[in-house]
Amino acid sequence: MNKKFDFKKLYLILIMIFFYAPIVYVVIFSFNESRSLTAFTGFSLRWYEKMFKSRSMMESVYYSLLVAVIATIVSTIVGTIAAIGLSKSNRVIRELVTQVNNIPMLNPDIVTAIGLMLFFTTLNIPTGFGTLLLAHIIFCIPYVMLSISPKLRQLDDNIAEAALDLGCTPFESLVKVIIPQIKEGIISGAIVAFTMSFDDFVISYFTTGPGINNISTYVYSASKRINPSINSLSTLIVLAITIVLIIMNVVPMLKERKVVKNEKNY
Amino acid sequence: MKSFKRLVYPYLVWAFILIVIPMFIILFYAFSKEGNSVLIVNITLENFVRFFSDELFADVLIRSLILAVITTIICILIGYPAAYFMAQLTEKRQAVMVLLVTAPQLINMLVRTYAWRGILLNTGLPASVKVYIGMVYNFLPFMILQIYTSLSKMDKSLINAAYDLGCDKKKAFLTVTLPLSVPGIISGITLVFLPAVSSFFIPKLLGGGSYVLVGNLIENYFVTTGDWNFGSAISLVMAVVILISMYVTRKFDYDKEAK
Repeated sequence: MNKKFDFKKLYLILIMIFFYAPIVYVVIFSFNESRSLTAFTGFSLRWYEKMFKSRSMMESVYYSLLVAVIATIVSTIVGTIAAIGLSKSNRVIRELVTQVNNIPMLNPDIVTAIGLMLFFTTLNIPTGFGTLLLAHIIFCIPYVMLSISPKLRQLDDNIAEAALDLGCTPFESLVKVIIPQIKEGIISGAIVAFTMSFDDFVISYFTTGPGINNISTYVYSASKRINPSINSLSTLIVLAITIVLIIMNVVPMLKERKVVKNEKNY
Repeated sequence: MKSFKRLVYPYLVWAFILIVIPMFIILFYAFSKEGNSVLIVNITLENFVRFFSDELFADVLIRSLILAVITTIICILIGYPAAYFMAQLTEKRQAVMVLLVTAPQLINMLVRTYAWRGILLNTGLPASVKVYIGMVYNFLPFMILQIYTSLSKMDKSLINAAYDLGCDKKKAFLTVTLPLSVPGIISGITLVFLPAVSSFFIPKLLGGGSYVLVGNLIENYFVTTGDWNFGSAISLVMAVVILISMYVTRKFDYDKEAK
């Protein structure tokens, strides 16, 4: 029994090494003195210096964040409104919207991407920041709706009905009654939208225009040559995500402790 | 309350214009030749004839399918035990493991793939092996998390019941645990197979351009050659192949459930 337990542990540890080795590798080599990606010759910060001096690199970080933030806000608002409307619609419309939303979720990204690219060129819309942002909003909304819809199904209609009877306008009952009840779904939808947008390469690659790169498309075009600054950029991203993860996991834990304390007090 | 249903109409229009119409534009391009204007459209099957009459294209399509299938199988073989062991940990450790599996996924996919380049650069491994490593690395977390979710939701008393009824460990696993985790495996397959077939930056970054997949073909015809009609035809063929494979997988799932 004891031996078997060790095997399980070892297996999981090996998987974690597989997952984290490349990340550790990149972080180490971001401090490398030489250009080499395979031999560590000494500690230096020159690739960080180069990264901060590279305008195109800093711009890609800026565009990635800007697109992700705007796309998250817009797709969360639009997705929430559409999902609430959908939950009150008849079966035909519900089925129709679900099927249409399934198209970008089940299609390979590259098909969605070229569809949008052809759409923009057909309408003579020049590709650039606008088309990149629009494309991100388009593919984020179905995911937002997907995470809100189950919450709406659990909703008790009578509560919103009661709000109306008590003199709320429909808008007030929406904001004060329905939205607080589906808050969790909205938040997780927004998180999904942000990560999808921040992580996306394929759709960005086909819908962005000259001079506008996000991190993904920048790394793709820059990786044709050896460029150790990409390691520094990667390290920066790893650092940012680690901080966000720590905050996201520590805050609920503290909250939980508070809840437990309050419950004890009752 | 009923008035809320009107809230969905703007989205319906939006989705029709920005999701449905682009798909029709791909169809339109795939079935026509260059030099169309709004007034003159030449419907033709030429693009598809070209694709299927050239062995080179068929080879690429088959190679992509094989790569996706093998990647999926490797992910199941490595991912299942991992998910199974994870589900047996204490609740707190399970939460930590889920976080540890999810965390690398939050790092940009391009950045993660780029990270492997340095490690694999001087190993002398053939391009195909490097591409497989990159594929499994990127898609394994999806598989682990899907299988883990179905395993952790499982009613543990069912296994105890199997023991009480005289099953040994192996039999209890094969007759209770494994069948109950099939839905997790199926959704894992969807999440791995689908992006694996169409992937084009993993082969390009790790295979060094010598390893061409159907995604690379599409990229070439759209970005380099500028032959959008042929590129659309290739993506249409790929989408149909994927649809068929997904249909077969789902059907397999339903049949199992029906039993």
